[in-house]
Amino acid sequence: MANLKTSEKKTKAQSMGMHTETLTGKTQQKFFNPDEAENFFYWGTYDVDFNKRTEVDVKDMDCKEANEKIDQLMSEGYGTVVVKNPQGKHSLGVGILNKLNLIFEGSLGYFGVGSIDGPIVRVNGRVGWSCAENMMAGKVVIEKNAGSCFGAAIRGGDLVCKGSVGARTGIDQKGGTIIVGGDAGAFTGFMMQRGRIVILGDVGINLGDSMYDGTIYVGGKIGSFGSDAVESPMTKDDIDWLNRKLKVAEIGDNFDVSKMTKVVAGKKLWNYDALEPTEKKGAI
Amino acid sequence: MCGIAGLIHRGKSSNVGEELQSMLQALKHRGPDSTGYALYANNDGQNFILRFKVGENVGEGSTSVNEDESVYNERKKIVDQKLSELGASLVKEEKLTPYSYRYEIKYDKDLMEFSKAIESIQSVEILSIGKSLELIKDLGDATAVSERYGLNKVQGTHGIGHARMATESGVDIKSAHPFWGYPFADVSVVHNGQLTNYWNNRRALENKGMRFMSECDSELIAVFLAEKMRNGATLEEGMKESLTGLDGVFTYFVATKDSLGMAKDTMAAKPLVLYESDDLVAMGSEEIAIRSILPQEIETYDPFDGEVKVWQT
Repeated sequence: MANLKTSEKKTKAQSMGMHTETLTGKTQQKFFNPDEAENFFYWGTYDVDFNKRTEVDVKDMDCKEANEKIDQLMSEGYGTVVVKNPQGKHSLGVGILNKLNLIFEGSLGYFGVGSIDGPIVRVNGRVGWSCAENMMAGKVVIEKNAGSCFGAAIRGGDLVCKGSVGARTGIDQKGGTIIVGGDAGAFTGFMMQRGRIVILGDVGINLGDSMYDGTIYVGGKIGSFGSDAVESPMTKDDIDWLNRKLKVAEIGDNFDVSKMTKVVAGKKLWNYDALEPTEKKGAI
Repeated sequence: MCGIAGLIHRGKSSNVGEELQSMLQALKHRGPDSTGYALYANNDGQNFILRFKVGENVGEGSTSVNEDESVYNERKKIVDQKLSELGASLVKEEKLTPYSYRYEIKYDKDLMEFSKAIESIQSVEILSIGKSLELIKDLGDATAVSERYGLNKVQGTHGIGHARMATESGVDIKSAHPFWGYPFADVSVVHNGQLTNYWNNRRALENKGMRFMSECDSELIAVFLAEKMRNGATLEEGMKESLTGLDGVFTYFVATKDSLGMAKDTMAAKPLVLYESDDLVAMGSEEIAIRSILPQEIETYDPFDGEVKVWQT
């Protein structure tokens, strides 16, 4: 590993323009250097082989044991893991930061597959509150219903629920896409800041309340608009994107997306466009 | 936080004591301070079941005090005397703990007057009156309370229960759930959440002659519904009025002799997972409560904001 404390030599990364500052003092910061593979390391991740498949029955495990088992399997190179009998346990499949095909044969409790960055997850049952909270990348597909706070604060990736979801779906969403095949409860998109939410069914009251930015598409009836959420005309880009996204999400066959209602921020409460770039960054 | 659970078998009976114990034990992490059961048992329906306490089991933050068992025994004698004066005949009595009793009584007059008379005795509280309702609550988790009161053999049609984490009032029986829907026989309530217009409602209801036994905000729901029903509303009508009459965040269950209902506030701020089939409805704060009695793969969902549902046995 390079001596990051005292390196005076212009590194390859600096030559490539990836950073310019001279590193001095004690630092834990590591920069990508193609010549030093050990520095190109994402802690807690594994190289896995999708073709290497295994099953694990978590019926008699608590969530910590189950998550440690999944971690162990990934460390052994398994790229497709089928979890049997999750039985509504909380916090299963959280914090997975590498590519993985993860399949739950059953339902998850609270905080299922939270803080993930990359795996493709399929849940053949229902999920409880705060599924995929803080998800950064990857794809999660829920075959049945989901509880409240579905996709809270997600930053990226695709989160799909083929059934209905509870209240506050996409609360504080910062990126990515949430797609719901059924209905959604009150306060959908509450304080969302980036990204898109697609609800094919009806939504409850206060849709998009206090949203900063982002877009919500609704196929059914809207209970009421929240503070500063306003309707916006659908464009051809919207329609093209929706058709493409629903196909990827495996739902909404023959759904006429052109009749959906598009909701955006009125920007009376919050307006990033009026902020200085540094303030924008701080606000998000 | 608190955890609530409920189930109703439609068209049949089951071991509801054991089932509710499993559901509440699965929710122990939501409320380890006290546990309460309202079980609707297969009693013969001839006599009233009177469950009452003559003292407290005192935990952290309680405004009550532990007393000597001899004090409890003296109070029990006064209760017996009062029953006789009220014209109630005692069919069977069971001493469950030093401070709590289960009586079977014959009584055919006004329950409100009856309750006022019994509760005029110092530190005596009626936990429930009903022909099928068996309301038990005490400190400890679901298994501890069930074992203490022998609940895992109770056969019945339905029940609701509560695992309490004490927040706004102390750890004791009087603040534990379920609450009896005084003065209605066989009505009980459990609640998860906080009510913010408790005192306004309490003052108004006390002016109408309703009684509060604790400082726990959840008791308001039982009293609120009881007052609506006293004025002729059905259970479901009373529950719908509660969505606007009660302010705060809540999911609550209410049970009567032959029905079970749920209501969720208009913000949907408190959790509830529901399973419904032709012969069973089971619901709880978390899916693991339902899974404790139905481990196989099932269809469950979260009711939406402002929903009120009532099921019959």
